[in-house]
Amino acid sequence: MKIKRRPAISLNGWGFVIPSIVFFLWLTFLPMIQALLLSFQKGKGNNTSFGGLSNYQRLFQDPMFITAVKNTFLYLIIQVPIMLFLALIVSSMLNNPKLKFRGLFRTAIFVPCITSLVAYSLLFKSMFAVDGVVNRTLMGLHLISDPVRWLLDPFWAKVVIIVAITWRWMGYNMIFYLSSLQNIDYSMYEAASIDGASAAQQFFRITVPQLKPVILLTAIMSTSGTLQIFDEIVNITNGGPNNTTISIAYYIYQLSFKFMPDFGYAATVSYAVFLMVAVLSLIQIKVSGDSNEN
Amino acid sequence: MKIKQSRFWSRGFQYVILILVSFLSVFPFYWMIVSATNVSKDITMGRLSFGSALEANLAKLMKAGDLVTSLTNTVILTVCIVGLSLLLCSMAGYGYVVFQSKRKNRWFYFILTSMMIPTATLVIPLFRMFSKLGLLNTKLGVILPAVSTAFLIFFFRQNTKNFPMETIQAARIDGLNEAGIFFQIYFPMMKPTYAAATIITFMSAWNNYMWPLIALQTPDQRTLPLMISSLGSSYTPDFGMIMVGIIISTLPSAVIFFLLQKHFVSGMVGSIK
Repeated sequence: MKIKRRPAISLNGWGFVIPSIVFFLWLTFLPMIQALLLSFQKGKGNNTSFGGLSNYQRLFQDPMFITAVKNTFLYLIIQVPIMLFLALIVSSMLNNPKLKFRGLFRTAIFVPCITSLVAYSLLFKSMFAVDGVVNRTLMGLHLISDPVRWLLDPFWAKVVIIVAITWRWMGYNMIFYLSSLQNIDYSMYEAASIDGASAAQQFFRITVPQLKPVILLTAIMSTSGTLQIFDEIVNITNGGPNNTTISIAYYIYQLSFKFMPDFGYAATVSYAVFLMVAVLSLIQIKVSGDSNEN
Repeated sequence: MKIKQSRFWSRGFQYVILILVSFLSVFPFYWMIVSATNVSKDITMGRLSFGSALEANLAKLMKAGDLVTSLTNTVILTVCIVGLSLLLCSMAGYGYVVFQSKRKNRWFYFILTSMMIPTATLVIPLFRMFSKLGLLNTKLGVILPAVSTAFLIFFFRQNTKNFPMETIQAARIDGLNEAGIFFQIYFPMMKPTYAAATIITFMSAWNNYMWPLIALQTPDQRTLPLMISSLGSSYTPDFGMIMVGIIISTLPSAVIFFLLQKHFVSGMVGSIK
């Protein structure tokens, strides 16, 4: 009788979605469960046993994990705001219909997005060589007197990584802002400037509040992207000098695929990233939701 | 007068900023092209003028990087991933809208939450699973995890919402079966959506790095990003040939970008609306 109540069409309907559901269950959901189970296993290689929560305790005493978390959050806290702020400023400049060469500027600023992460990482590695083009330019402009040992110095290596990510993704975020700026009536800006509002006032009073939803969206995307940063670390610094630039994803890779694999502990670290991405996204949604109500 | 002057300055200031940002955005491309013609030593010394080492760099890349193999591998993988994921995800997106039901919606939102899962969390269990199934170091092992993505399902679901349902009803009355409606009516009408989806999927498949790095172990399976990355990680990398590799790996994206700029940009952004 059940068959009769369900017409053939709805059976067909399941036919459309089931293949992707099978893939999802097999290659996303099942691995998530396995990673969780693995995170309770201790021991290296194939010689593992149930370790309870020992891996989770190890996290807090593991200097490498702490360095990786610190670095990743440093990239996050410094890079994401700088990039989004720059993208906002540039997009509000480009939103002015009277601006000349708008299309040209927009294309030029967006074009870094066509590079692959590996490719642009190596471009930056070559530009930031000790005798390289960046040092030469900075010395030519008398901004520095001696070459900076960019990738050989723990501090400057992180700066290079932050500069590189900002270069690659600023234009991408700018496009999001530009497309929602088109929904703001430009006469609002004209009215504001007649009333004597400065460009800065217009930016903070009109642009930022109007763009709040899309700023939130880009903040979530960038946060989740930066927390997972991997390609750049491998290809710009390879974690160095002396593991001072490692990220969480890089550490997971190192734990599981570089030396004697420690899959159990690596899975624990990977669950830590997962939780961080989830919690930070929720916080961002909550915070912006609350301030929207005021 | 004062107002006019300050406006002039702020206008001028805007141009200065925009020119500076544009210059910084474009400079690495100039650097990439110039450096492809220079020897590695000149590159690390910051040479900004064209040299004559392009052919030598290409020859070195063909040999040391085994360019042809890695290019072929990347093309095969990309074509398979784009084809399969477009088919599977568009079917799903279509199914969730046209045959909407509570249970399907629940599945959709369940799958959607997986967008938050970092790749790094999945690679360890996938590696163990695929090593048991003998899928490591095979093309299938790279293709399978990439064919059903929550993002693309979401993308097709959003775009299918505007699809005229009457067309489907009419086709049913004409006696077309459900698969026929999907392939003969939905697919041709949704070509712009497929174009945008192709660009998105192409970019991620062509540049895919972390999982292939783990799953593909022998040089004969290496993809372009893996090849470039391994050349770059040597103790004294030969940047001349690396630059040629970077250009080759960037070229397809550049061509798509400049030919289909509107689709490219709206594909990346429109997906979120």
